[in-house]
Amino acid sequence: MDQKTIISHKEFNFKGFFFQWEWMLVLIFIVVNIINMMLSPYYLSGSGLLDATNTFLDKAFIVLPMAYILILGDIDISVGSTVALSAVVMAVAYNMGVPMGLAMVICLAVGTLCGFLNGLMIVKFKELSAVIVTLATMIIYRGIAYIILEDRAAGQFPGWYTYLGWGDIKGIPFILVVFAVCALIFGLLLHKTTFGRRVFAMGNNITASRFSGIQVDRIKVIIFTLAGLMSGVTALFLTSRMGSTRPNVALGYELDVIAMAVLGGISTAGGKGRMIGAIIAVFLIGFLRYGLGLVNVPAQVLLVIVGLLLIFAVMIPNLKLNIGKAKKV
Amino acid sequence: MKKVFSIIVTLALVSVLLGGSIYGAAQKRYAIIFKNTGNPYGEKIMEGFKNSITEQGGQAILNAPDQPTVEAQIQMVEELIAQRVDAIAISGNDPDALQPVLTKAMKQGIKILSYDSAVNPQSRMVHVNQADSERIGRIEIQAIAQMIGGSGQIAVLSATSQATNQNTWIAYMKDELKKPQYKNIQLVKVTYGDDLRDKSVSETEALLKTYPDLKGIIAPTTVAIAAAGKVLTDKGLKGKVHLTGLGLPSEMADYIESGVCEWMYLWNPIDVGYLTGYTANALVNKKITGKAGQSFKAGKLGVKKIVQVGKGTEIMLGDPFKFDKTNIAAWKKVY
Repeated sequence: MDQKTIISHKEFNFKGFFFQWEWMLVLIFIVVNIINMMLSPYYLSGSGLLDATNTFLDKAFIVLPMAYILILGDIDISVGSTVALSAVVMAVAYNMGVPMGLAMVICLAVGTLCGFLNGLMIVKFKELSAVIVTLATMIIYRGIAYIILEDRAAGQFPGWYTYLGWGDIKGIPFILVVFAVCALIFGLLLHKTTFGRRVFAMGNNITASRFSGIQVDRIKVIIFTLAGLMSGVTALFLTSRMGSTRPNVALGYELDVIAMAVLGGISTAGGKGRMIGAIIAVFLIGFLRYGLGLVNVPAQVLLVIVGLLLIFAVMIPNLKLNIGKAKKV
Repeated sequence: MKKVFSIIVTLALVSVLLGGSIYGAAQKRYAIIFKNTGNPYGEKIMEGFKNSITEQGGQAILNAPDQPTVEAQIQMVEELIAQRVDAIAISGNDPDALQPVLTKAMKQGIKILSYDSAVNPQSRMVHVNQADSERIGRIEIQAIAQMIGGSGQIAVLSATSQATNQNTWIAYMKDELKKPQYKNIQLVKVTYGDDLRDKSVSETEALLKTYPDLKGIIAPTTVAIAAAGKVLTDKGLKGKVHLTGLGLPSEMADYIESGVCEWMYLWNPIDVGYLTGYTANALVNKKITGKAGQSFKAGKLGVKKIVQVGKGTEIMLGDPFKFDKTNIAAWKKVY
């Protein structure tokens, strides 16, 4: 039987250390970069690579809480709609005369509220899985965004607001700095705190966790609320890049985000995964798309390549597992 | 593990061999971005663009996102800036949202022009307009009025709600409807199929359900008019609900021959692309800067002049062309 144990203090195992999925990711990451460099002379030139992080890091903020959700064995497919709703409410509030600073707080608040409602419904209606609840809210949140703005666009934000999505600190994009800080916080919280260990425990065996005195419902609500908050952050950066917003922004973000987390080695069955893997995967997919974009690979081919990479990612750990089993027999 | 690694290395080597030969020549590179892939009208424009660039000895880069979103277009422009192309021509999915990235491109010396769907005047040097927007808008109303006999409910099935070109035409349609001879015609709804086939079909079906007395549909985009033609044909509504708009002859020939769509309009999208290519070249070679009053020779289209429209400048291709039963057989082979 597949034994799942929660190890709080691991002995250093040299072979085990290097045969982790994260190293595989690093390897793929390096290979992708080498291929990109060879394909296009522009790949490494100037501020191209750093500028490229501007284009894919907006959704990366949601990958962080999504890792927690997948480790719990749940899923949240409403994040894209949450981004759209937070962005639309912010833009409408600003256009009604609310100061921009306050409108940004409103954006984060709307996102947080959306996430909180998801979490609340998931723990209150135990017979409904997270997929069903967030499928419903995915439709509802975007629906509300459409009711508010219909088919119009809103925006005309103040000039300084573009700094979020376009500005840099001594050449390093502002969004990259913010992402690094967020990633560090989420990583430490997951791997270095009791809260994080409880999340893993819940992902492995929720019943046992409940009987061990972990407040499973509370932790779930907190995590889904965090997903909402980070969707709000994504909304801020996305609207800043576009200078305006419409109800149909961030379409399909949920799938991109889940793909990044899964490629990062976070198991959708729950209980397994490391934040660093998800973070490498964000840059892996981001740079892959950028590099192929530089040689003008058609959009449809790009989709297929990312899809193949994903299947590859999901397949490899299973292959390893099967080989391991075969050896034991 | 070893096997996987060797596969990856092989792939890397193969791609280098394939990719290596593309570079070398110091040709001028001209990029064109359309709204989304899978749009025959856009493909014809890109074909014309490619022809004109090849004719002038440049290299054309054809690009379009898989979804009609401005986010994807922003990313594409970023990638083209990094490639240091000489010019970018774009049909915008949003007039304003591209401003930051297009301004960035212009600061780095890349010539920016829009075609088909304009971006705002601050984000471009010049816009290539397929036909006089006012003429397109008014002619559609005149056509549908004649088809439905001057009275009844009509609806508009457009592309995306942020498409600058369609929105301009719709504004002129509404203006034309204010004239006294159209007092019995009621525009009940403007709906958006996002230039996606499935969405345009379901929006047409929704229109027919919501407005059972609907007498006419104007679809000022090629994807929507073909979708509406199909729905009207399938439901046997020929003669009950009339259809006109802007369509590709090759796609609409069946419906025009059957009478579901009595006639429609369009310009030659290949010429739109061709003119865009010549304009891009004129900008790169500094023959023009995009100011009103300048003119240049656009290959087989002859001399074209830049005119002031609103706050920006434009180059006009010509008048919309009418397609009906008498000429569709010949044109459907062309595009």
